[in-house]
Amino acid sequence: MSQKMSPPIQKDPQKRAASMRVVEGSYAVAHAVMCSMPDVISAYPITPQTHIVEHLSQMVADGATDAEFLTVDSEFSALSVLVGSSAMGGRSYSSTTSQGLALMYEVLYNVSGMRLPVVMTVANRAMGAPLNIWNDHQDSIGARDVGWIQLYVENVQEAMDATPQAYKIAEDLDIRTPVMVCMDGFILTHVYEPVELLDKERVRSFLPPYRPEHILDPANPYTFGAFADPSTYTEFRYQQCEAMVKSMAKIEKAASEFQEIFGRYYGGLIDTYRTDDAEVIIIAMGSVVGTIKDAIDQMRAAGKRVGLVKIRSYRPFPVKALKDALKNAQVIAVLEKDVSVGYEAGLTTDLKAAFYNSNLRMPIVGFSAGLGGRDITIHDIERLVQKAEAARAGIESEFEFLTLRKEIL
Amino acid sequence: MNPKDLASYATNTWCPGCGNFSILSAIRSVLAQLDQEGYPVEDVVLVSGIGCHAKIVDYLNVNSFYSIHGRTLPVATGIKLANPDLKVICFSGDGDSLAEGLDHLIFAAKRNIDVTLILHDNRVYGLTTGQFTPTSPPGFKGKSTPLGTEELPMNPPELMLASGATYIARGYTHGIDLLQKLFKEAILHQGFSFVDVLQVCVTFFNLYESYNQRTYEVKDNDTSSFDEALKIARSWNYDDHEARIPLGKFYQVDAPTFDRTFPGFEIRDVDRDSRIKEVLEGLI
Repeated sequence: MSQKMSPPIQKDPQKRAASMRVVEGSYAVAHAVMCSMPDVISAYPITPQTHIVEHLSQMVADGATDAEFLTVDSEFSALSVLVGSSAMGGRSYSSTTSQGLALMYEVLYNVSGMRLPVVMTVANRAMGAPLNIWNDHQDSIGARDVGWIQLYVENVQEAMDATPQAYKIAEDLDIRTPVMVCMDGFILTHVYEPVELLDKERVRSFLPPYRPEHILDPANPYTFGAFADPSTYTEFRYQQCEAMVKSMAKIEKAASEFQEIFGRYYGGLIDTYRTDDAEVIIIAMGSVVGTIKDAIDQMRAAGKRVGLVKIRSYRPFPVKALKDALKNAQVIAVLEKDVSVGYEAGLTTDLKAAFYNSNLRMPIVGFSAGLGGRDITIHDIERLVQKAEAARAGIESEFEFLTLRKEIL
Repeated sequence: MNPKDLASYATNTWCPGCGNFSILSAIRSVLAQLDQEGYPVEDVVLVSGIGCHAKIVDYLNVNSFYSIHGRTLPVATGIKLANPDLKVICFSGDGDSLAEGLDHLIFAAKRNIDVTLILHDNRVYGLTTGQFTPTSPPGFKGKSTPLGTEELPMNPPELMLASGATYIARGYTHGIDLLQKLFKEAILHQGFSFVDVLQVCVTFFNLYESYNQRTYEVKDNDTSSFDEALKIARSWNYDDHEARIPLGKFYQVDAPTFDRTFPGFEIRDVDRDSRIKEVLEGLI
């Protein structure tokens, strides 16, 4: 299990700067999709995903890719189109967020159940009601159990680089499982950052053409989505679970192979930051990881032994990698942008479940923050660490809202 | 009541020149008039979907429901069935009711439920800043169709005729008197009433010049004639750049409404025991 630190992209800073371009996050993702040579793209506009598909439609119009681009009548249609195109053997792409992802819910199970390796960018956004267009992770964490691999990215460069990695993982014949690349809406989709744009030819050497084993073919007919009665249904689900387990090694491998070709690495299943001697370890996903790293640097300068484990792969949930990375922590603080109304939140409960039947007995405390786009500041992370340190003497609260405005309740 | 009393404190965020201002102004006047004529504003419920149009409920100090994308009509149907004495008015966009929620539009017309749908038909997705919709003309170069769409547009009044709507009209956001007249008729109509409003999006699809030259009000048409209404509806297909565009009332007929014929509506007036006995005896 590799837990390397992200290496510098290029050693010579001048060369590095010269090869970088400042682009919008949505453009970077569209560029990565274009380089991955999709056959069919289908999407419906929804904030903050819209720019991704607008950039792609322009790339199709400019002839940068020969993909078929469909603008359909709803997200339900968008993903349903891809069920057809993927079953026909076409590399298929969509992008959505929040309410759009919720409208796709029925089709999400269809895609994974038929083992179709669709890749979709989820521009993470809060769920309504109340109506809110800003970032949190409620949408994709709510779709935790639909049978899709979920990768969460930290910055624009990673959002771009994760896209061909996602196809490589999804299309592997041992895996055949769709992948969501989850990037924070607005925070990453609309921000302009300097990135090294992928080169189409080098992506080709990383990502082979899609060669599915089973496709719709009149000469050799198959049925997709057929009825499975109680005598076989369980085995379909079992095989999906097996593929998810196998995908852990493939996610690591895709990250390492990508590093060999492009020189960039963000962790495989997880990544770690200053965890070696850390007493308090924070666990988080997505763009807030960058803020946490800055907070850790400040706290370290003040003598606090704090570290970070970033989860890239939420499904499959990397239990072994997490246990290895966290085994020496004295307290673990989970920071997540979602809530399971009725019982804590996804990442906190998953982590506690993962540790229960083990000899790891450090306190785990969970915090929900950043809901509906509320900023998570360095100060908030310092408060989280203070609360986590207090938990070493005894847990007072297993889960709480970190940045609750009690004065407006 | 003064129309000004219906204004809310919310800050208006529509673009200057947006056609939605005319719809807001017209509905305010109509609701104030209706309040004086025995339809108190307390008995009105407004329902909107998702899109620029939907903000209208924020700007009116009237009972309202902000539904999810495309789902104005199911929410309105539930409200009307729960309390058939309410006036239920839906505001929806061409993306909201003709794309994501098209099935609901057809079923509302098919059932002839007594609610009003005012379609803010700007023929572009305004809130997501400029993509084609089901009523955009072929060749429309939006941000998701830089080469121009190849699809033919829908003709909403024609679709509504075929689906069973019992009041069908078209208005234009330059022409507030006609809008007020149509809104009032539609709200007072017993049955599913549909007003297609050519609502200009100045920012992403400015059709003022074209509409100003080509629109005219139909007069003396036989609004009870399906064939005549169909002919008027088909005289412009949302694509033709030459044809004149008819405005006004195309169609109005009386038909049983779903909220009055819905099983159980009259249940409180029925002697349940004797009715059950009757059914059981019929089975013997």
